[in-house]
Amino acid sequence: MSTLNAMQNDIGLGVAVNADQYLTFMLAGEEYGVDILRVQEIKGWGKVTPIPNTPDYVRGVMNLRGTIVPIIDLRKRFNMEQIAYGPTTVVIVLKVECEGNNRIMGIVVDAVSDVYAVPSDELRPSPDFGGNVNVEFVRGLATVDEKMVIILNIDKLLNLGDLEIASHAE
Amino acid sequence: MTVDVTQFHQVFFEESLEHLANMETGLLQLDAVGNDPELINVIFRGAHSIKGGSGTFGFQAVAEFTHLMETLLERIRSGKAAISPEITAALLESVDALRDMINALQAGTDADPTRSASLQQRLAALLAGAEGAAPDSSAAKQTPSSAGSSGDGGWRIRFRPHRHIFQTGNDPYRILRELAALGELEVSVDVSAVPPLLDMEPESCYLSWDLLIQGQITRAEIDEIFAWVEGDCDLNIQPLTNQKTPVAALKAAEARPAGEKAVPAVAEGRPAAERRQGEGESIRVGIEKIDAIINMVGELVITQSMLSQLGAAVNELNPAALENLRDGLAQLERNTRELQEGVMRIRMLPISFAFSRFPRLVHDLSLKLEKKVELKVSGEQTELDKTVMEKIGDPLVHLVRNAIDHGIELPEARKAQGKPETGQIQLDAYHQGGNIVIEISDDGAGLNRERIAAKARERGLLPEGEPFDEQRVIDLIFEPGFSTADVVSDVSGRGVGMDVVRRNIRDLGGNVDVTSQPGQGSRFTIRLPLTLAILDGQLVRVGNHIYVAPLVSIVESLQMHTERVNVVAGRGEVYRLRDEYIPIMDLRGMFGIKAADAKLADSLLVVVEGEGKKVGLVVDDLLGQQQVVIKSLESNFKPVAGISGATILGDGTVALILDACQLVNMACSSAADADSVSGQLTAAA
Repeated sequence: MSTLNAMQNDIGLGVAVNADQYLTFMLAGEEYGVDILRVQEIKGWGKVTPIPNTPDYVRGVMNLRGTIVPIIDLRKRFNMEQIAYGPTTVVIVLKVECEGNNRIMGIVVDAVSDVYAVPSDELRPSPDFGGNVNVEFVRGLATVDEKMVIILNIDKLLNLGDLEIASHAE
Repeated sequence: MTVDVTQFHQVFFEESLEHLANMETGLLQLDAVGNDPELINVIFRGAHSIKGGSGTFGFQAVAEFTHLMETLLERIRSGKAAISPEITAALLESVDALRDMINALQAGTDADPTRSASLQQRLAALLAGAEGAAPDSSAAKQTPSSAGSSGDGGWRIRFRPHRHIFQTGNDPYRILRELAALGELEVSVDVSAVPPLLDMEPESCYLSWDLLIQGQITRAEIDEIFAWVEGDCDLNIQPLTNQKTPVAALKAAEARPAGEKAVPAVAEGRPAAERRQGEGESIRVGIEKIDAIINMVGELVITQSMLSQLGAAVNELNPAALENLRDGLAQLERNTRELQEGVMRIRMLPISFAFSRFPRLVHDLSLKLEKKVELKVSGEQTELDKTVMEKIGDPLVHLVRNAIDHGIELPEARKAQGKPETGQIQLDAYHQGGNIVIEISDDGAGLNRERIAAKARERGLLPEGEPFDEQRVIDLIFEPGFSTADVVSDVSGRGVGMDVVRRNIRDLGGNVDVTSQPGQGSRFTIRLPLTLAILDGQLVRVGNHIYVAPLVSIVESLQMHTERVNVVAGRGEVYRLRDEYIPIMDLRGMFGIKAADAKLADSLLVVVEGEGKKVGLVVDDLLGQQQVVIKSLESNFKPVAGISGATILGDGTVALILDACQLVNMACSSAADADSVSGQLTAAA
């Protein structure tokens, strides 16, 4: 299934010029996407060092070939139910722009899924969910093969100013 | 030929500043040794290089200014003028003015033109004086403001550059500009050789010029300007018999000079628009350091290929291969360590960069304060990290200034005490362990304990009747706003400084010690880590996490005795250590770490010191000591209270580095406001 998707997308890529590519991942049964140009690498879950006095969704920091990278648990960030990390649990390392600085951060997700090309005019604005995911973090919704993919705005999602506020609120 | 020269500006600035530093050193030595031709040569070369560079890049003001300096120096060099204290002083001030001009250019701001103008006049006057009765008083002529002096005589120059002149790096426009600085210049350009646009090569020169220059100019001066292009052009220089001779060719090409004039506008506009570019910090590294690193990387590659070969051959039945593999790994380890050291050394600069400004400072200040001071410098080649060097500069200046102002007495006073009239200030730098030690000592009066105490009482820093010992006195001079100077001068007396000195040094992870003998002088000893990138750390275990405590801030570590722990109502827990009570912080609680055996009795207490205060940190275990590479936590995250950074341990995991100063402050604020801390602790847990 996913191979087929990928193939269709590969074909689609050649045609649709202004289509952005998104890496999608699974989180509690839903498919989320991030701009693939922001993805630095995908790596398996490894040991992290917790940082004291930070919100609980900050799992800690990880050594990525000499760079200290903070790791955010997306389930916790979205206040979802926790599950034990399994063999498919991965860390997606992203380049985040935050207050003019470029940062490297990692997010923990249930599994990576696929890469889709979505033409920018097919990105629908998201309705107010009132659910787990704050609307602010969602750039839009895309439909791929009758499925809905939630495209995230990682700059907003991983904004440290917000992290700060969240930690103060606790 | 439009090569973008702005890309070379940064290099020019750096080189100019280096030349200026050399000139300054030379001038100061000239003060001491008198007329030394070699020194004058050095100074002259510096001025000459700056002049050349600034001319090429179109920094007119700098070029004109240095030209004046150069002329004066040339007179001295050729023995036409004698060096005098006035000339040295004027040249020293000119060096300062030039430095300001170059700094301003670098920052993209405007330098104060009045200062350079008045200095230019002074130089011109000196030049005129030096010239004495010499017939052609070039002083007036060299001053740009009077460039249009109309004496009789002049030269007609036919300047036909060869096609390839641009490729030799020469710019005819620069030559024309230099000529224009000599006297009134009329330019006519011959465009007859310019081919149709299609055939034109952009890097060839098709133009030639007829030049008419008027004024009292010697042939030698003109020859000097054309010296660079000799052989790359046809040159015909003839004296003008009658200055009024109209040049027919000039009329014919009257439109051309206007075209020429448009060029300077462009050339000078460019630095204005783009001078902010390329301000990225750079570092000049000795070639031998780079070579060493290249060698080491080569070794590393060899070791790597050796290991991958061995890796293929290794299996359990082949003990010899296993042995080889171990050797290979040992070699890899050695190579990596050497490579790391080599790379670290790139950032290391000799401390002479920081020391070099002191001869000047001492010279100026001792003149101003009418004291006689001799500066002795040793250990200039001691290397330290560039960042540390930049941050230690100002504190050092402050300490040296203090030593001259407060330490060294006036010559009469010194004589009366049987000391030589000339006071001594000694700057010394050397390595000790992983630290660099910088000592600033003087043979002056030493710290005046009575006066310091009196001043402190006056300001309420020292309660009346409280005894004070040597340590107390030393602490007092580092108090913010403390000064014993009766008269506030621009040298010292405002009391801003010593506290800043100590804070800067502590920010760098170092400390400063003072010893002082009344009448014998004082000695400030600054101890700094060699680099900010590596730290000697003590690994401690808290729960099942490992933290790194900087070894430099650890006072002692001890087994806790529960009976010595006292709870001060509302002020947290304190530990009685010999005759003092120190606040204790349980890192497990602080950092929200759940530990099974969280009993104080089995714990260890690590006493750390920050900003002069101590705090005891409760940890589960002390692990090894090791050097750790400091990694920023902020670059990808944000500052965390009590943590100064992170490092990567041997097994690849991340460990956080404790910040002693912050922890002490947290302990103090918690003592002041216990409620908020307990709230914080519950939040953390």
